Amino acid sequence: MAARVLVGVKRVIDYAVKIRVKPDNTGVVTDGVKHSMNPFCEIAVEEAVRLKEKKLVKEVVAVSCGPQQVQETIRTALAMGADRGIHVEVSGKDYDTLGPLQVSKILAALAKKEEASLVILGKQGTFASEVTIDGDKIKVIREIDGGLETIKINMPAVVTADLRLNTPRYATLPNIMKAKKKKIASVKPGELGVDLTSRLEVLRVEEPAQRQAGVKVETVEDLVGKLKEAGRI
Amino acid sequence: MSALIKARKAVGLAVGCGARSLTQLAELPELHQMMRQTCRDYADRELAPIAAQLDKSHTFPAKQVRELGAMGVMAVEVPESLGGAGMDYLAYSLAIEELSRGCASTGVIASVNNSLYLGPVLKFGSEEQKQQWIPPFTTGEKVGCFALSEPGNGSDAGAASTVARQDGGEWVLNGTKAWITNCWDASASVVFATTDKSLKHKGISAFLVPMPHPGLSLGKKEDKLGIRASSTANIILEDCRVPLGNLLGERGMGFKIAMQTLDSGRIGIASQALGIAQAALDCAADYAHKRTAFGAPIAKMQAIQFKLADMAVALESARLLTWKASMLRDAKKPFSKEAAMAKLAASEAATFCSHQAIQVLGGMGYVTDMPAERHYRDARITEIYEGTSEIQRLVIANQVLKEYQQ
Repeated sequence: MAARVLVGVKRVIDYAVKIRVKPDNTGVVTDGVKHSMNPFCEIAVEEAVRLKEKKLVKEVVAVSCGPQQVQETIRTALAMGADRGIHVEVSGKDYDTLGPLQVSKILAALAKKEEASLVILGKQGTFASEVTIDGDKIKVIREIDGGLETIKINMPAVVTADLRLNTPRYATLPNIMKAKKKKIASVKPGELGVDLTSRLEVLRVEEPAQRQAGVKVETVEDLVGKLKEAGRI
Repeated sequence: MSALIKARKAVGLAVGCGARSLTQLAELPELHQMMRQTCRDYADRELAPIAAQLDKSHTFPAKQVRELGAMGVMAVEVPESLGGAGMDYLAYSLAIEELSRGCASTGVIASVNNSLYLGPVLKFGSEEQKQQWIPPFTTGEKVGCFALSEPGNGSDAGAASTVARQDGGEWVLNGTKAWITNCWDASASVVFATTDKSLKHKGISAFLVPMPHPGLSLGKKEDKLGIRASSTANIILEDCRVPLGNLLGERGMGFKIAMQTLDSGRIGIASQALGIAQAALDCAADYAHKRTAFGAPIAKMQAIQFKLADMAVALESARLLTWKASMLRDAKKPFSKEAAMAKLAASEAATFCSHQAIQVLGGMGYVTDMPAERHYRDARITEIYEGTSEIQRLVIANQVLKEYQQ
């Protein structure tokens, strides 16, 4: 039985909130704005907990990188059924410039340190719509343009979760109480041997261009004419 | 002089529910914040989108009730050993408020099950009764109801005319109960009947009656103004026989059981009213930002701002009263006065906020396209059931006068 699953959970601005750019264009407004767990991370946690309930894995560890507040996100994962949490402390300027490169290095270092057989993350790249564990291999069904593809991979492995993988559970009240007693360990990126220097520099943040109203045309000839006008054909 | 000392003692009692509790009024503990957020997420995603349809079709939200049962929300205070969530009344109040913000009917269904059915069984039931009558009602598969009111008496609970007589190894119940919430969807009821009319209110006893059951039939579902997804009807008892072991508490204890149960139930209804008021405020404030008139969003106009301010104050005041009543109950201190104040304040806040919300929305507030009209209809009952506002005032006045006893 695979021992350990690592799940990455990211604290992001709640998906229902309207995002506003800061007046100085250096970023988006985060102060006082409602944050929650990235919905795709919720799906990742749900999958990990289901694997544990099916007794295919022994332990689910939830990981988040960021300042003190990410502990809330880790606690939510614990309330959904994760066994313990790891908070990688990153704050201030380091947090502002924390990007995918650094996070992936951190997760890789943690996966080695914790001897995780499987890392499940919210979607990017390959997305799984079904995950089962078969002996020491993982069977993943992923959605591709042409249909569904079934692949078998060796562990340790990284799988990312797509919308159709599952419907995340609501934490039950007893689990919320139990989550309080579960441990969240703190660790610094330096301890994992990860350098947080960013290779990217944010020059400016802007709102996306406002959507223009569409134009209705009467005939196909008009449509062709308009497209030529706009330089599209 | 002695009156002043007694009054100070009363204030001292009220304030002294613990420094920890007072801080809770300013900011909820992390555990409570988490469960409040969970209930809010559930209400936003699963209840709010269907609330209008449930209201229109008068449909009991069976699936949602089962899901809430699985989350532990249908039995918040029941210990884990009996299948509940084992949390405190403050957590319960937060849960009902959040649910009601999404759907007021679902809020009352959960509140009646928690406070009016599970409450008295938990408090007054024998070990055997608790094992039999609690666990199936914690999962959301079954809900319970509370049968006190009759066609002839609501506020005058002591004048029960439903009778119960002993016949061998059974109690035989006869009479009619009115306005019973959940009854068409319930699997059990706490029924109040008089076992000795000459003793007046001291002759009333409480009985556990399974549903359906021979001798128990239901009247037609009332066609209500609001909370239409919950069923309300008469319960008719005609030689309804239950074993002697179904007596809850002792013979003649019924009135006391009813009054104590309603004290707690008031916190549940206050919470429901808070949810409705909050939903109304959310609707109005959101609309005020978007609707333009006279060249600007109406949120810029003082007339609208003053309404929103008054709504917010009424709501927050009622909420603090409700939290305080919950915290006093959790600290096992007397809480009747505070519970009555909470229910009175919250129900009046709900009708005030929903009334003003329609006013802010103008014509849009009057049509079913927006939820304001449903909040208005849902709010109205909160001033009536589980003790009318008039009864609440009597309870409060009674307590206040006691503090100044000559």
